[in-house]
Amino acid sequence: MDHASRQQHPIGLYLKVWALLFVLSTMSYLVDYFHVQGLLRWGLIVTFMLMKAGLIVAVFMHLRWERPALVCAILLPPLCVLVLVALMVLEGDYIFLTRGAFFGVLP
Amino acid sequence: MDSTVAPVSSTAPAGGWRGLVADWSGDRQAFAVPWGKAMMWIFLISDTFVFGSFLTGYMTVRIATTEPWPNPSEVFALTIGGQTLPLILIAIMTFVLITSSGTMAMAVNCAYRHDRVRCAALLLATALLGASFVGMQAFEWSKLIAEGVRPWGNPMGAAQFGASFFMITGFHGLHVSVGVIYLLTIAAHVLAGRYEARGEGGGKYGNVEIAGLYWHFVDLVWVFIFALFYLW
Repeated sequence: MDHASRQQHPIGLYLKVWALLFVLSTMSYLVDYFHVQGLLRWGLIVTFMLMKAGLIVAVFMHLRWERPALVCAILLPPLCVLVLVALMVLEGDYIFLTRGAFFGVLP
Repeated sequence: MDSTVAPVSSTAPAGGWRGLVADWSGDRQAFAVPWGKAMMWIFLISDTFVFGSFLTGYMTVRIATTEPWPNPSEVFALTIGGQTLPLILIAIMTFVLITSSGTMAMAVNCAYRHDRVRCAALLLATALLGASFVGMQAFEWSKLIAEGVRPWGNPMGAAQFGASFFMITGFHGLHVSVGVIYLLTIAAHVLAGRYEARGEGGGKYGNVEIAGLYWHFVDLVWVFIFALFYLW
């Protein structure tokens, strides 16, 4: 099979994913609209975000049908950002506490 | 995939610019995809790091600030017909961008079926939706600037809000604008029949899929911005 025929998928699949993305976006908007707060809010927002991202990458960007060599090369490197996020959470907390301790601005 | 192997000369490899091109275009590949597609993926990964760094920077200043962060739900609310709706413009922008991703996916499908007219029409629809997204973003920017939001401060709270907002949405808007120009170029090529089969190899409609990768990535970044900046 050549490349073009490997990336031929029924239009119906795209329409279903499209509808699903609409539903997920509406649901994350409703989280804000109904003022859901606390852990439930972050949990729902992140869940909907990851589901939408997964659908776009897997179906619209055809990653589901690519060979594992390419899939790994694409999906693994961005995970390094999580290390940066972890470091910056610690750093941000430290700056926040330092500002509180030295400038007396904590609420 | 073009299966022709570059002729290997029996003499020493070429030096200078010619050698550089020969090395990069040599038949040493790990990924069984067209060359252009692999290059687009490499670009998109590097772009992932750019946006990842922006969003991480935004997270850091939001954690570190001792002033209250402006509530995006209120900042981006619009009053339509006497009723104040939170985040409504952002929600509409999200739906517009998702719709454009849908039309793009179908354009790629039509391209591989050599349905030139329908493919070009879907590409133009995608570009039009992208342009309207940028238009709404321009409206949002001018509204916030009129309310006194600046990169160095704003009347609602933490000064870092403006810097994060203009940096992240500005860079994303730039990507959408470039994408619109990119899609218009591809649509013109499709209409002109420049991707039709020439000899063996079977055409170059893969270029539409590569443009699609870029466009879906722009949508993907918006998913993260929508969740982490507007909803958080």
